[in-house]
Amino acid sequence: MSKAEGGLSVRDLSVERGGRTVIADLSFEIEPGQAVLLTGPNGAGKTTLIRTLAGLLSPIGGVIALQGAAVDDQLSEQCHYVAHTNAAKTDLTVRQNLRFWARFMRGVPGAEEAAISEVGLASLGDIPVRYLSAGQQRRVAIGRLLVAKRALWLLDEPTVSLDAANTARLEKFGNAHLAAGGMIVAATHIPLDFKPMVELKLSPVAFDAEVDDLWGELPPLQSGAEA
Amino acid sequence: MELLRRELAAAVRDGGSVGTVLGFYAIAVAMMPIAIGPDLKLLGRIAPGVLWISMLLAALLSLGRLFERDVEDGTLDLFAMSAVPLEVITVVKSLAHWLTTCLPLVLLTPVLGLFLNVDFAAVPMIIVTMLVGTVAVSFLGAIAAALTLRSKRGGVLVALLVLPMYVPTLIYGISTVSLLMLTPGSFVSPLLLLSAISLVSLVIGPIASAAVLRFQMQ
Repeated sequence: MSKAEGGLSVRDLSVERGGRTVIADLSFEIEPGQAVLLTGPNGAGKTTLIRTLAGLLSPIGGVIALQGAAVDDQLSEQCHYVAHTNAAKTDLTVRQNLRFWARFMRGVPGAEEAAISEVGLASLGDIPVRYLSAGQQRRVAIGRLLVAKRALWLLDEPTVSLDAANTARLEKFGNAHLAAGGMIVAATHIPLDFKPMVELKLSPVAFDAEVDDLWGELPPLQSGAEA
Repeated sequence: MELLRRELAAAVRDGGSVGTVLGFYAIAVAMMPIAIGPDLKLLGRIAPGVLWISMLLAALLSLGRLFERDVEDGTLDLFAMSAVPLEVITVVKSLAHWLTTCLPLVLLTPVLGLFLNVDFAAVPMIIVTMLVGTVAVSFLGAIAAALTLRSKRGGVLVALLVLPMYVPTLIYGISTVSLLMLTPGSFVSPLLLLSAISLVSLVIGPIASAAVLRFQMQ
């Protein structure tokens, strides 16, 4: 999990969702220490792009390359991904959740303690995540960024349910990550203050009608599962 | 591995699900003498079969949720991105299911056998066949759990998909026990076949369910 030397380059990327082209021939580059802010209306392909960079969707064309990385290095292993969901087990405590990710992602042992206080959850470390507010649960997901080093942070609407103070906190973490030579790709509707930062405006491809976020949510899973 | 520890911790915290499964097993078995009547000989003869079928149905209850939570909260995405192959993840998840569902069910079996006037000489063998056979329950079940992730009636669908796959396990599990009671010494070959099924599912289950999960995520 060494830090990648070079930047990330994306060439002629095309991605399809449900038989419709969502991203067509997109090319851009990210230098080490640079953040890219993805903006654009719902359905512009922000989440699709992030999930493609994370290796969760396969593009129909184009190349995503991390320069200076060994051939067998998977880009996805160099990424942190904060999605709409928090990837926290609600039955487990804040500490248990972050400790699990720290070990699973081969972070520094004990990194979860620092992360818990960094995101301001020190007094709630032993509370099951179920009892936290939406913003506090979001901070558990953000704490995951701090438990292991990754070259590229992929943030999909990271500020959802965060208040101003915690948005500022996130910007602080991001800027420290950039200063250490890391990269950030963030999709957001509210301005985030990462430096240095470029904005990548996505617009819907071949739009025929009002379409919500093309990636959409997962279809509702079986209800009553919590019983 | 760390994931196994977390799965077990989550299962303990969420003790309700293990309790539900065990309760279902106990009630299903306890209702059998009521339905069939107090014919001790008959009960004793059908006991291994009743125990096996009730146990399979009970184990299904918790199978549907094997990957569901991880998909809902986005954990599976992070698993897929990590350097750990998805196959290893499915092995660990299936193993956790076996430890938290199948093992308690098997341990409860001797007690429930009392309801059915089970032949005590057969109890150790019922336990052994169940311990071996339930490996297939967890590992083949994971395939069905992965397949039904996106469907609304996943629970029922899991049963439909997976029960036919359990038929060989059931056949050899029961025939091991009944051969032991009829002609002692001749139970070895069905027991070996039972083990073979479990060993095959130990290999196929994780590979197949990981492949299905990859497909489901696209």
